[in-house]
Amino acid sequence: MLEVGGILSWIHEALSSSCPEWLTLLIEYVLIGVGFLALYALIALILILLERKVCAYYQCRLGPMRAGFWGLLQPFADMIKILMKEIIPLLKNDKFLFFTALFLVIIGSLCTFGALQFSKDLIGIDFNVGVFYVLAISSLGVLGILLAGWSSNNKYTMIGAMRAGAQLVSYELSSGLSLLTIVILGGTMQLSGLIEAQSETWFLFQSPFTWIAMIIYLIAGHAETNRGPFDLPEAESELTAGYHIEYSGITFGLFYVGEYVNMFTIAGIGTMVFLGGWQPFHINAEWAAGFNGVMDMIPTWLWFFAKAFGLVMLSLWVRWSFPRLRIDQLLHLEWKILMPISLLNMLLMALWVAYF
Amino acid sequence: MIKYIKDLFSGIYALLQGMYITNLNFWRPKVTEQYPEDRQTARQFERFRGELVFDMNDQNEHKCIACGLCARNCPNQSLEVITKSITTEDGKTKKVLDKFLYDLGSCTFCSLCTQSCAQKAIKWTNNFEHAVFNRSALVKQLNPEGSKAIERKPTVAAPKAAPAAGQNENQQ
Repeated sequence: MLEVGGILSWIHEALSSSCPEWLTLLIEYVLIGVGFLALYALIALILILLERKVCAYYQCRLGPMRAGFWGLLQPFADMIKILMKEIIPLLKNDKFLFFTALFLVIIGSLCTFGALQFSKDLIGIDFNVGVFYVLAISSLGVLGILLAGWSSNNKYTMIGAMRAGAQLVSYELSSGLSLLTIVILGGTMQLSGLIEAQSETWFLFQSPFTWIAMIIYLIAGHAETNRGPFDLPEAESELTAGYHIEYSGITFGLFYVGEYVNMFTIAGIGTMVFLGGWQPFHINAEWAAGFNGVMDMIPTWLWFFAKAFGLVMLSLWVRWSFPRLRIDQLLHLEWKILMPISLLNMLLMALWVAYF
Repeated sequence: MIKYIKDLFSGIYALLQGMYITNLNFWRPKVTEQYPEDRQTARQFERFRGELVFDMNDQNEHKCIACGLCARNCPNQSLEVITKSITTEDGKTKKVLDKFLYDLGSCTFCSLCTQSCAQKAIKWTNNFEHAVFNRSALVKQLNPEGSKAIERKPTVAAPKAAPAAGQNENQQ
């Protein structure tokens, strides 16, 4: 009833009845691309407002209140401002790499975003090796960040990029290992298959080891977005803003947007693999049939966004709670605590799947 | 190994404590003032030093005896007490206040003037909207035109020494 699948198939039928097949496909691809870009920008704007508001609330402030009702138009005002700002050209840097880095970051972020499954019918990319695809394409961002730091011809960006690179490469290990733990439990690498496997109960309630995997995934994912207690690439006193110092105007804005959408993407992937994606919450018992029916009434895209934004809120909560780490503490946390635990957790999960 | 596990769990417990505290803050009432909207209801603390005024009574009389202690105590020379001599009905010559000029632009709100005033003739109000278009508008005459000092009957002895602390300091 409230699902979008009906609209999509109606568009498909309307197009294929009037156009040849190649034109139908072309138009649909363009539509999907535009739709994804619009959703990408929209989610970035929502997240920027959410971040500012939640940050303010944790500090007993109100946050932006002037633009629109309750400050709801603030991100649009910010966007218009940043679009009008000048892009300052640098004199002695590698122009080609400078702009390539930006697009690598954005492409990596957008392609990972495309792997999210927003509802039952709203699936952008669904490979049979979806988890691998996500892990691989999200690593593209590291390349972009390193290139951005290198091509800016500035020692602060270079140090910031090195820090960001070390952090991202390290934390990708434990986030990847926790995803693989879930792959062992689900028995497939296809993201839609993983969600399908959670139609009875979410993975979170299928095994105790999923909890450990989820906590490790959330910590590692939080570190991968370069935020919160792990925001080492941005250090005002030593490095100023890290790898994007030399970017101005909308080029900086794209880094900013990419960072925010990465936060949502991490939350979305966490939702898909641990919290059942668009699957409603079901109690697997005879007496709960009515409850399950009520849960099924809620549209699936609402389920997905509610869970994903719940995880985003958790990430913001963590961000405004903890003091930031030193670089050695950061690497200690990854290599000596999270990595061994996630390896052990993977082993235990394999035993669980084999014997239960 | 035991220490590793112990550290891990005590660390997690400490982190959860921190998150509990920030969660309490999240739900607490917010302290931000929505200034132009709430200017009718906005309220400062009583000891807030907004602007210096004369403590007038309802007969348009003030307490200033033009002794000039406030002007001498002012570190910035923001105050200027201009006096004039008048002859009273019984033939005595008396020094009274002509103009009390207060330069808001150079005032540091140190409150030394109100503390040194023996008559408690000047006090602070909460008005903080001082913006004007011209610096000369910041120099204000505190005694209104036509106002005069409270007449003291000759039988009354000299007023008791004012307490050392300014009157605004011991409120709230």
